[in-house]
Amino acid sequence: MEDPIRVGLAAGWKHVDASALAHSQTIDVDVVIVGTGAGGGVTADLLSATGLRVVLVEEGPLRSSSDFKMLESDAYPELYQESAARKTADKAINILQGRCVGGSTTVNWTSSFRTPPEVFAFWQRHFGLQELSAESMSSWFAVMEHKLWVRPWDTPPNANNKILAAGAEKLGIAVGSIKRNVKGCWNLGYCGMGCPTNAKQSMLLTAIPAALSRGATLYTRLRAERLRFAGSQVSALDCSALQADGIHLSGRQVRFRARHFVVAGGAIGSPALLMRSSVPDPYRLLGKRTFLHPVVISSALMDDRVDAYAGAPQSIYSDHFLHQAPIDGALGFKLETPPLHPVLYATTLQGYGEAHARLMRDFTKVNVVLALLRDGFNPASRGGRVRLGAGRLPVLDYPLGEVIWEAARRALLAMAEIQFAAGARWVTPVHETAPGYTSWAAARKGIAELPLKPFLCRVVSAHVMGGCGMADAPHRGVVDHRGRHFWLDNLSVLDGSVFPTSLGVNPQLSIYGLVARNASLLAAELSGRPLPVIP
Amino acid sequence: MNFGRRQFIHTGLAGSLLLSFSGWLNAAGARRFSAAEREMLGAVVDAMLDGVLPAQSTQRRPLVAQTVDGIATAVAGLSAASQTEIGELFGLLAIAPARMVLAGVGKPWREASVSDVGEFLQSWRDSRLGLLQGAYGALHDLTYGAWYGRPDSWEAISYPGPPRGYF
Repeated sequence: MEDPIRVGLAAGWKHVDASALAHSQTIDVDVVIVGTGAGGGVTADLLSATGLRVVLVEEGPLRSSSDFKMLESDAYPELYQESAARKTADKAINILQGRCVGGSTTVNWTSSFRTPPEVFAFWQRHFGLQELSAESMSSWFAVMEHKLWVRPWDTPPNANNKILAAGAEKLGIAVGSIKRNVKGCWNLGYCGMGCPTNAKQSMLLTAIPAALSRGATLYTRLRAERLRFAGSQVSALDCSALQADGIHLSGRQVRFRARHFVVAGGAIGSPALLMRSSVPDPYRLLGKRTFLHPVVISSALMDDRVDAYAGAPQSIYSDHFLHQAPIDGALGFKLETPPLHPVLYATTLQGYGEAHARLMRDFTKVNVVLALLRDGFNPASRGGRVRLGAGRLPVLDYPLGEVIWEAARRALLAMAEIQFAAGARWVTPVHETAPGYTSWAAARKGIAELPLKPFLCRVVSAHVMGGCGMADAPHRGVVDHRGRHFWLDNLSVLDGSVFPTSLGVNPQLSIYGLVARNASLLAAELSGRPLPVIP
Repeated sequence: MNFGRRQFIHTGLAGSLLLSFSGWLNAAGARRFSAAEREMLGAVVDAMLDGVLPAQSTQRRPLVAQTVDGIATAVAGLSAASQTEIGELFGLLAIAPARMVLAGVGKPWREASVSDVGEFLQSWRDSRLGLLQGAYGALHDLTYGAWYGRPDSWEAISYPGPPRGYF
C-alpha cells in the first residue's frame, strides 16, 4: 500500500519535526495556522491556493498509513490527546480527541452530517448570526462533501449497527444511514486507529497534502504558547518545541511573524491559547460554553456473534429522540453505535475482577449503542469552561447537572428498549451499580431507579465544541460569523470552538463547511482577489 | 444523606494526607515507579484481573509484572499534569500510613490478598469523594488498558486481532 505522505515527503514537502530543532528561530510568513484538524486543514488548503505563504503548527506527530497498524496500544499514545485518556478536571468525563497531523479527522469514525437547519435557526435567534443558515451554507457543505468524498455508504451495515436499526424499526423509531467521507473503503472497522488503507478522506490525506504541495510548511511537535499583540494587531506567535516524547519541552523556541494568525486548535486548545495570550476578553466569554455532546452508553448481550470491532463503525443513526421536545426544552439525543475494540471496551466497562472478566468473555457477542446528548440549547445547559491549569495548559470543567441526568435516564431507557426489541438477552447501562437486566420490563423499572451521578454513570465525549463562540456582537461572542476576533484585527478562529452551542450531529462536516466559507473570505481579503460569490 | 461521623473522619484524613504528601512527593517531577509503587500496582492488578489471570501463582506473577510494565508505559504517555497526579496517587498508596488510612489495607501490599485489595477497590468505587472515585477510575482504566492492549490477552475474549495479510 503506497503511503502518499511518505511519497510527498520524499518529493520535497516541507515538514519540520520541531523536536529535532537544534536552535531556536524566528520565521516570517504570510499566515500562521495553529492546528491541523478539520479547521486548520481546510484553511491551509484555501489560503495556500491563493499563493499565500502558509505555516501549519501542530503539537502532535506526523503519522501516516505506514504507521497505522490497527493496534490500540500504538494508536492511542501516538494519535490522541493524553493517550485517549483526556478527562474533565473532575475526571468524570473521558474525552476522545485527536492529537496528530489531521487532528481528530485522522482518527474519527467518518460520520458526516450537515449542521441541522434548526441549529442555524437557534443561532440566528440567540446569537444574531443572520448570515448563517442551511440555505446560505448549503454550497459550502456541497463543496466539502465533493472534495472529501462524503457519500451514502452502500455496503450493508455491520452487525452492531444492524441491531440498532432492527430494534428501532421494531419500535417504529425512524433510523437513517450515515454518510461517510471515504473513497474505496475496505470496511475494516479500524478508523479510530488511523486508516491503514488511505480510504478515509481526512485532512491528513486531502487538504494538508494540497497545501504542502503548494509550498506550505508543516511544523510538528510544536506547541503554540502565546500570541504577541500591540493595540489591535497581533505581531507574532511564540511556540515551544516538544521533545520526541511529545510531552516535555525541548527548550527550543520558534517565533512566527505573520500578516494574519489563524487559531484552529480545537475547542479546548483554541480558547486556552487565547487565554495564555491574554487577548482582550472584556465580557469574560473566552473558554465558556464548551460543549461535549455528553455520551451515555448501553451494552447488550446478543445470542450470536456481533464482532463490533469489524466493519464501518458508524453507519446507522436515529434522530428520533432529538425531535420529541423543542430544541431548547428537555435535552434531545442522537443514537449511534461505537466500534468495540478490546482496550476501548474494557476500560469503558464498569466493574473489576470476576464480574468484569465475565462481561469481557462475551466480548464478541456484545452490541453497544451510544446516546449523544444535545447540550447548549436548554437555558440550564450552559456547558463547560476551559481554564488554564499546571504549565498553563488547558483543563475543562464540565458540571453534569440535573438537565443532563434527566436526559441520560431517558436515553438509557430508550437504548435498552431498542436492544431488547432487537433480541438482546441481557442489557446494562455502563454504570457502576447497574446489575444488568434480562427483560425490557426489568430494565424499565431498574433504570428508572438508577442513581445517576458523576463516576457512577459512565459519561464520555468525542465531540468538543465552543469556547470561542461566534455572535453578532462582542458582548455575546468571541468572534463574528467569519471567525474574526472582535478585538484583534488580524486574528481568526477557524475551528469547532466557534460554535455557540453543540450541534446534535457529529461535528466534522459542520467545521469543514463553515471553515471553507470563512477561509475563502479570508483568502480573498489577504490576497486582494474578489470575494467568492456563492449564494 | 447520611454523612456519618466515621465517613467525616475518613474524608478529613484523606484530604489532609493528600494535601501534605502530594507536593513533597512530586517535587522531583517525572520519575520511574519505585519498588514500593510496583508492589502496590502488582496488588491492584492482581485483584483487578482476578478471573482473567491464571490461578497458579507461578503463571500469574509474570503476567502481573508485565501488566505493571504496561501501566508504566501508559503513564509515560499522559500529559505532564496527569503524570504528576498519577505520581501523587501511586506515591501516596505506596506509603504504609496512607495505605492503611486511605485504602484500608492493613497488610503490606505484597501480603494483601485479592479480597483485601478488592475491598479497597470497592470502597473507592463507592466513595462519596470524587477524588477517590476518580482514583479508582484511573486504576481501572490503566489496568485494563495495559492488559487488553496485549495480543496475548485476546484469545480469552475470542478477539481475532486486526486483519492481516494485505498490508
